Amino acid sequence: MSIARANRMTPYLFLAPAGLVLLIALFYPICYMIYASFLDWNPSQRIGEADWVGIRNYVKLFSDDAFRESMWVTIKFAAVVVTLEMIIGVGLALLLDRNIRGMSVLRTLFILPMMIAPIVVGLMWRYMYHPTVGIFNQTLTSWGFEPIPWLSDGSWAFASIIIADVWQWTPFIFILSLAALQSLPSSAIEASKIDGATGWQQIIYIKLPLMLPVLIVTLLLRLIDSFKVLEVILVMTNGGPGLSTEILSIRINRTASEFRELGEAAAMSNLLLIVLLILTFAMFIYNKAQELRAQRLRAAAEDTE
Amino acid sequence: MSQPSKVYDRQNPAYYALLVALVLMAIGPIYLMLATSLKLNVDIMSDSGGLLFMPTLRNYETALCDFLWYKPEHLRRCDPTFGRALTNSLIIGLISTAITLIIGTMAAYALVRFRFFGRDVVSIWTLMMRMVPPAVLLVPVFGIWTFQFGLDGTRGGIILVYVALNLPFVIWILQSFIVQVPIQLEEAARMDGAGPFGVFFLVVLPLIKPGIAAASIFTFRVAWNEFLLANALSDRNSRTVPVTIVNSLTEFDIDWGVIMATGMLLAIPPIIFTFVASRQIITGMTAGAVKG
Repeated sequence: MSIARANRMTPYLFLAPAGLVLLIALFYPICYMIYASFLDWNPSQRIGEADWVGIRNYVKLFSDDAFRESMWVTIKFAAVVVTLEMIIGVGLALLLDRNIRGMSVLRTLFILPMMIAPIVVGLMWRYMYHPTVGIFNQTLTSWGFEPIPWLSDGSWAFASIIIADVWQWTPFIFILSLAALQSLPSSAIEASKIDGATGWQQIIYIKLPLMLPVLIVTLLLRLIDSFKVLEVILVMTNGGPGLSTEILSIRINRTASEFRELGEAAAMSNLLLIVLLILTFAMFIYNKAQELRAQRLRAAAEDTE
Repeated sequence: MSQPSKVYDRQNPAYYALLVALVLMAIGPIYLMLATSLKLNVDIMSDSGGLLFMPTLRNYETALCDFLWYKPEHLRRCDPTFGRALTNSLIIGLISTAITLIIGTMAAYALVRFRFFGRDVVSIWTLMMRMVPPAVLLVPVFGIWTFQFGLDGTRGGIILVYVALNLPFVIWILQSFIVQVPIQLEEAARMDGAGPFGVFFLVVLPLIKPGIAAASIFTFRVAWNEFLLANALSDRNSRTVPVTIVNSLTEFDIDWGVIMATGMLLAIPPIIFTFVASRQIITGMTAGAVKG
């Protein structure tokens, strides 16, 4: 009897340590944050001493131009970056999907930018964008052009952080779509070749539709990650000049450490979390729907046999 | 290469030109950082910039002076900040990876193998928690660690956050490896009298080594690279490398040579992992999106 009970307890024993850590170091802080977003709280106070202010933090945020600007910058950044990366990444995958020697070496080199620390990526790009010693301006001046104010002018700075992010994350989409391409059923492509489809027709009517499920998941993953970008921009511009590159995570960091408004920072974190949860949920539902569809197709195939 | 196992297609030269350009673009900035870290400041600041310079390890000597057995002659005083940060980073990275993997593998195993109430719920939560960015945790973790746990400024506090941050991903990725372990093996072991823990440690663990390798690389990388939470939670003695790099950047006069050397030192472990285990890393990256 006791052995049976021990067996029944086993899964819980295996789960307990992880569950405990997640509970106290992830779940509890998030609940704490939701509570803190209704407080007027600065870092020198214990949370018990902070005043309850209801939804004032949220009201203040939405009437705050700087916050709205930062929200807009975040959305603009995510949209531009993800669009560019999807186009370039998928395009390159379609172009490079050949049977060549050394493809694995190529993939290894391509994941380097994603593996090294975001801080270091920011450092490299800040150095390259440097007004006098940076490689871009040195090249420009040696070719007789005017140097560009990469990080010191608002719209150039926004373009600069986009270039850096595209450099870092396009390989992610490239590798995922290449994997998807190479797992496509070769019969469909062979059949289209026999029917005389041109390369473009193959891409548009066969490859892209078959890759679509993977592409959508990739897009959502990348979109979620693009809302999490912080360090690269922090090192390159720290949100400046002005508010031109101040995405939401940087604003949270500044509100907490510079303006010392923990309540407001918590309210912002909440909003960011809600956006991410919606995206994650969309991905989850999409995955489930795909699984169900695959099951139905399989069942249908078995019925006809 | 005596007997090629695969026949490769011939491609036209433009294709190879494109490949070379892409590779240059991908590793160019990293090469530039390496080159800068090997230059003297005179060479960095000179307009000719260019490819011709005498490589020197002086910047690395400055950064690592604490660990050197000799005294670099160009240094008047050794600044131990970076050496200390490197030690902290290593300790925090290794310990948090070890803890995450041990409890993460156990949890993933339970989620895959045992049918019990709430498994789906746990899976969904795991997926959700995976999406929580460090920026969102900044405020509550700072508050709780400082006022309730009294863990601020210690390495233990930072390790705890990193374990929590990495667990969901580790559980998620290891599930896909554990599913592939044939259940018959486990049943055979149980027949021979092994308890659940015996089955887990003696049968399952050795079979999912590749998964554990991938998971540990991802975990170590997050702990090694993370800045925001480490910045909020550390004090002078527990700062990690990313924090010291950002701190030295805020100074007005940036010593590019030394800072690039520290950046390079921070980048080296992930670069080594990439070359050693690129296959596992790619598997880990594609695990969620591409099936099979």
